[in-house]
Amino acid sequence: MDGDHAVGLSLEGVTLRFGGVTALKGVALEVHAGELLALIGPNGAGKTSILNCVSGLYRPQSGSITLQSRGGRRIPLHDLAPHQIARLGIARTFQNIELFAHMTVLDNLMLGRHVHMAGGVISGGLFWGKQRAIEIENRVRVEAVIDFMNLESIRRATVGSLPYGKQKLVELARALALDPQILLLDEPMAGMNTEEKESMARFILDAHEEWGVTPVMIDHDMDVVMDIADRVVVLDFGAVLAVGSPEEIRENPKVIEAYLGQEFGGEGGG
Amino acid sequence: MTIECGVFHTTYESDMGLRRLPTERIRLGLFLIFIVVFPFLATPYWLNLGNQIAIATVGAIGLNILVGYTGQISLGQGAFMAVGAYSAGLLTLRAGLPWGVSIFLACLITSAVGSFFGIPSLRLKGLYLAIATLAAQEIIEWVVTHWTAVTGGTDALVVPAPELFGLRLNTDFRFYWLAVILAGATALFTANLFRSKVGRAFVAVRDQDVAASVIGVNVFRYKLLAFATSSFFVGLAGAMIAYYRNIITWERFTLETSIIYLAMIIVGGLGTIRGSLFGAALITLLPAFISSLGRGLQDSAPAVAAQLPNIQQAAFGIVIILFLVFEPEGLSKLWRNVKDYFHVWPFAYRRGNGER
Ligand SMILES: Nc1ncnc2c1ncn2[C@@H]1O[C@H](COP(=O)(O)OP(=O)(O)O)[C@@H](O)[C@H]1O
Ligand SMILES: [Mg+2]
Repeated sequence: MDGDHAVGLSLEGVTLRFGGVTALKGVALEVHAGELLALIGPNGAGKTSILNCVSGLYRPQSGSITLQSRGGRRIPLHDLAPHQIARLGIARTFQNIELFAHMTVLDNLMLGRHVHMAGGVISGGLFWGKQRAIEIENRVRVEAVIDFMNLESIRRATVGSLPYGKQKLVELARALALDPQILLLDEPMAGMNTEEKESMARFILDAHEEWGVTPVMIDHDMDVVMDIADRVVVLDFGAVLAVGSPEEIRENPKVIEAYLGQEFGGEGGG
Repeated sequence: MTIECGVFHTTYESDMGLRRLPTERIRLGLFLIFIVVFPFLATPYWLNLGNQIAIATVGAIGLNILVGYTGQISLGQGAFMAVGAYSAGLLTLRAGLPWGVSIFLACLITSAVGSFFGIPSLRLKGLYLAIATLAAQEIIEWVVTHWTAVTGGTDALVVPAPELFGLRLNTDFRFYWLAVILAGATALFTANLFRSKVGRAFVAVRDQDVAASVIGVNVFRYKLLAFATSSFFVGLAGAMIAYYRNIITWERFTLETSIIYLAMIIVGGLGTIRGSLFGAALITLLPAFISSLGRGLQDSAPAVAAQLPNIQQAAFGIVIILFLVFEPEGLSKLWRNVKDYFHVWPFAYRRGNGER
């Protein structure tokens, strides 16, 4: 039934252990190019671990992670380092914001362009014609992201001085500056008020629909997840419990049992 | 930098400029005038201090690239300066190369040596890296003092004064121009570096290396690049010392030198070029100030004057402690406060927190 989708990303038998703790037990899942996939599950289910494996921060003991590139090539990710994976067009945000706190919003976003920029120490230090042109060219792209996410007024603010909600937006903006094919979002709306959640959800949807990004989003807010996701993957104890459309997931008895009496559609599914 | 009312940048190019505001340009202009006028007014004593400050500024900027901007601690500064000094001297003495070529090659050699000793930064951070660079300091010092056939061991190496357009740069006045041009070039190069791709990646590695890696920065590669870039300028400072003093001795490049340079960038301000200059100036002038105080007190209070050489070490320590306690961001931050104060004067409102 999913045969007509191009495969964006596929995980097969991914197993990840930390000493005695098995964080992921043979996880298999697919991310289809062009969809918005939500990853849900109770705390400690292994959601963040999956993103960390995909972005190369954790190395699974067994299993494979493969990227289907724009050109149709299949690229194994599980042997690559994080910076090599970023070059393939996979960007992400973190559960506990990981920004460059002492730099301005602008410099954070310019760093988001890192993989697209040429230049070394000497060309940077001289800052002559070509390097100058590269900086300007990428600044134009960054300004488009700033414009898209309404960050004009804080462009030159030091990131560390911004309130939490704004930092979350800047982190998303930095990921978007990379022009990613796949965008991994670890609880982008955690700790936000309703209004902030709404605007964050709006940006994610717009990035998905207008920029053609494929988001993989972890979140605990079932309302939002059920609202915006095309498909939902439910994780429990490091294994995939269920996969399906939001409607299917809502009615899945196993999921209902795992969430034991917690009502779907309510706040805080984890 | 904060956005100023009434100053609009209509192109990204002008917005990316090093001196974006008219007041900043005026200040830089005044500073340059001072630099040019200074040697004509200064006594030989002050000219000597001026040269020392220029050389220390190059070394401090070099160290700041590694420690302040990239967050990799180094206790090997003294040894890397030794590599620069000895390479520059020996290339002229033994290989007969012109001094300019020797200095440039010395920078490249120091850069390579620095990168080599930067390899442990792949695994080590903070204190552990500090210990690894301490090992670099000890190893290089040992090689310099024991490889007698090449370095002359603990004997001094005599280097001829550089010659430019038939003029021997053997006076403080003449050397001054070479020193400030090299210091200026170092500052400009570094300022440019940190408004472009590689410099930003250095700072990213310092601030958040995990985030740096997931946006595509090869953290280890950039750490090594930081060691290479930093050591290049540290080597330059060493080479300048060789050609300024005309005599190279290993005592000039011990662990104490490493620590003095760390003090410069801490007191001046980590991760700023201006701070490197301020720190270099303060740490160079402080002992000079204390000893001239000693001469002043020789007659009126000989007992105090006799104690001053001891106090010199303590004063040095006290200054550093005072900065760590009261202004951890160093002189560069104090300067910014003063600037901000006059900027809004007489209206005492606080400006946006947008400045780096
Ligand atoms: N770096 C780590 N070291 C040790 N254990 C870890 C590490 N990261 C995750 N774990 C463990 O793996 C399991 C899954 O964690 P995580 O992926 O963070 O869950 P989730 O994001 O779903 O809340 C937990 O039991 C957690 O303690
Ligand atoms: Mg998590």
